Amino acid sequence: MDTGTLVKQLCEINAPTGYENLSAEKIKSFFNPLCDEVYIDPFYNVIGYKKGTSPEPKKVVITAHYDQIGMIVTGYEKGGFLRISHLGGIDTKALLAREVVVHGREEVYGVIGAKPPHLLKENETGRNVKITELFIDTGFSDDTLKEKVEIGDPVSIAAPVVEMKNGCVAGKSLDNRAGVAALVLILEQLQNVKHPNDIYVVATVQEETELFGAVTSSYSIEPDLAVVIDVCHGDMPDVDKSQCFPLNRGVPVAVGPAFHSEYTNALFETGKRERIPTQRCIEPGDPGTEAWAIQVSRFGIPIVEVCIPLRYMHTTAELVSLKDIEAAATLVARYVSGDIIKTPEDIFQA
Amino acid sequence: MVRKLAELTRIDGISGNEHEVRNYIIQNLEDKFLKHYTDNIGNLIVKGKTDGSSGLKVMLSAHMDEVGLMVNYITEDGKLKFSPVGGLDSRILAGQHVRVGRDRIPGVIGYKSIHLQDKSERESVIKLKNLYIDIAAKDRENAEEYVKTGDYAAFASEPVFFGESRIKAKALDDRAGCAVLMELLKEVWPFELYACFTVQEEVGLRGALVAANRIKPDIGIVLEGTTCADVPKVKEHEMSTVMGEGPALSFADRTSLADRELFYHFLKTAEIEGIPYQVKRTATGGNDAGKIQTAGTGVRTMVVSVPCRYIHSPVSVLDLNDLKNMLKLVSKALHTLPEAIGGRII
Repeated sequence: MDTGTLVKQLCEINAPTGYENLSAEKIKSFFNPLCDEVYIDPFYNVIGYKKGTSPEPKKVVITAHYDQIGMIVTGYEKGGFLRISHLGGIDTKALLAREVVVHGREEVYGVIGAKPPHLLKENETGRNVKITELFIDTGFSDDTLKEKVEIGDPVSIAAPVVEMKNGCVAGKSLDNRAGVAALVLILEQLQNVKHPNDIYVVATVQEETELFGAVTSSYSIEPDLAVVIDVCHGDMPDVDKSQCFPLNRGVPVAVGPAFHSEYTNALFETGKRERIPTQRCIEPGDPGTEAWAIQVSRFGIPIVEVCIPLRYMHTTAELVSLKDIEAAATLVARYVSGDIIKTPEDIFQA
Repeated sequence: MVRKLAELTRIDGISGNEHEVRNYIIQNLEDKFLKHYTDNIGNLIVKGKTDGSSGLKVMLSAHMDEVGLMVNYITEDGKLKFSPVGGLDSRILAGQHVRVGRDRIPGVIGYKSIHLQDKSERESVIKLKNLYIDIAAKDRENAEEYVKTGDYAAFASEPVFFGESRIKAKALDDRAGCAVLMELLKEVWPFELYACFTVQEEVGLRGALVAANRIKPDIGIVLEGTTCADVPKVKEHEMSTVMGEGPALSFADRTSLADRELFYHFLKTAEIEGIPYQVKRTATGGNDAGKIQTAGTGVRTMVVSVPCRYIHSPVSVLDLNDLKNMLKLVSKALHTLPEAIGGRII
């Protein structure tokens, strides 16, 4: 399967944050043929395990979250409409005139409309619409709708992933199925490589709420090193160059207090050695990714982060370059297949 | 009719660029022997079948064009700046998928992600001038391989049937009217019928004007998609139309007043035949009737519309029962038109 098809298939999956149970099995099916063992933990983290060749293997975890921003049904309105609230950080600007799927007793298609512009009051025209003012139009009668959808049912935005010029794709949920695609590509590359350490790939849940999937999975696996793959802002007009990264110009590797400096240096070294260009992604504090949570999980876990530049984050127009996904995957695959773990002497075990 | 409507919405035909819609209509007229004519501005005029029983000349019109965008500048980094063509709500544009130019190059409307917006940006709407189309070009030179300024960009939105009897699509205004008009051309009429598929309605009702000048009809009936504001938190009297309650008859709008006799003829026909209908509650919006009414020495006009929610957006919605009832009502009312109106009016 080429990367474009892989990404498209992954993005078509719906896993609104907190409701990953809808799709955990589908994610698992991508890992199944490429791992020694794949399991779904109680939080619906999908964990693929590949045994290392060393007699005393260390554990390396590679994570990418597979949840997506979404909405939740909060009420009914007469005429077949549903009221909604947000799951994760959603921009209401990018919700007007959009298509959605409500995950009710059955999947219910709908569109998000809004009060028509000619009926907006003066104080409403210039300001952004609040999510409480939005509604989903389902086209069903009120009674039928109540049979199909309950308050609390999650909602996904529906949008296709479209191939663009220069090997790019645009669509919904590329944050962070681009990262999940990288996990699959890493597993594919590892098929032909002897790696000393045990490798766990984890498609994590609930990143878009509070990074909970990363917390729980890293606590239970207790890795010696964790690699996070997530999206970062791609270059956009009107955005300062220090805050975003050009597409197809190298893999952004995160640098800052959240990231283990020696392991990060080793990652840059791998890039140099393997002729994979990198960029430096400066994160002076909370990078807003799972790294922040994993770093202080259990006794503290050394962590590095590899990014995929993505434009228009949290919209149905998210845009990435397939080459950037492939480059990130290759960099991580080469990195984790080496003998990279340096464990300090354990003075606490007598 | 429903299949044709779905196919018609798949075609991109922003004002001034209606030729693909026109070609579709010509190729899909059931009766290949109907005479058709494309005038200088691009209107498609099809002469309907008549039994010659009255001297009345009737013009039915539906516009082929849709609202959209036009590329007006390509930036150094290969992004496409654009102007709206027709009345667009700029609030809905951020993050939409579009296709640009004849080759339908896929693009998205980009803007600064929510994470990077400051507080005031988060709370306000994005100005049109801060939006742009991204086709993933590397730079201006690369973009110019695919796009030139003046190219149109249409919403990329596939028709979807949903709910109990609804369709969502772009351009329902006024491919719905086109679909109904194509159906009406199957029948034989007791008057001279000219079916006009007009151009450039969305930029000022320009096609209808010249079509009416040429045809010089006695009566002009406009088939439209109109606003439908029956959504939560809108007061009942502000709901221009209500979805599912049947085709809407306009007593007046911003550009024309309905001919009273015609208006009551349609109303009475609906009552007699038991066809659901509604009277449009607001006199907002304009359409081709505005130009047809004052063309030549004056034309008696009437507007019949199918209610469309979220009109002028990629997710406009109509109820298929409304569409079917619109066809039924217009057909019935037209067949009895000569008796009701009383022959040709000089």
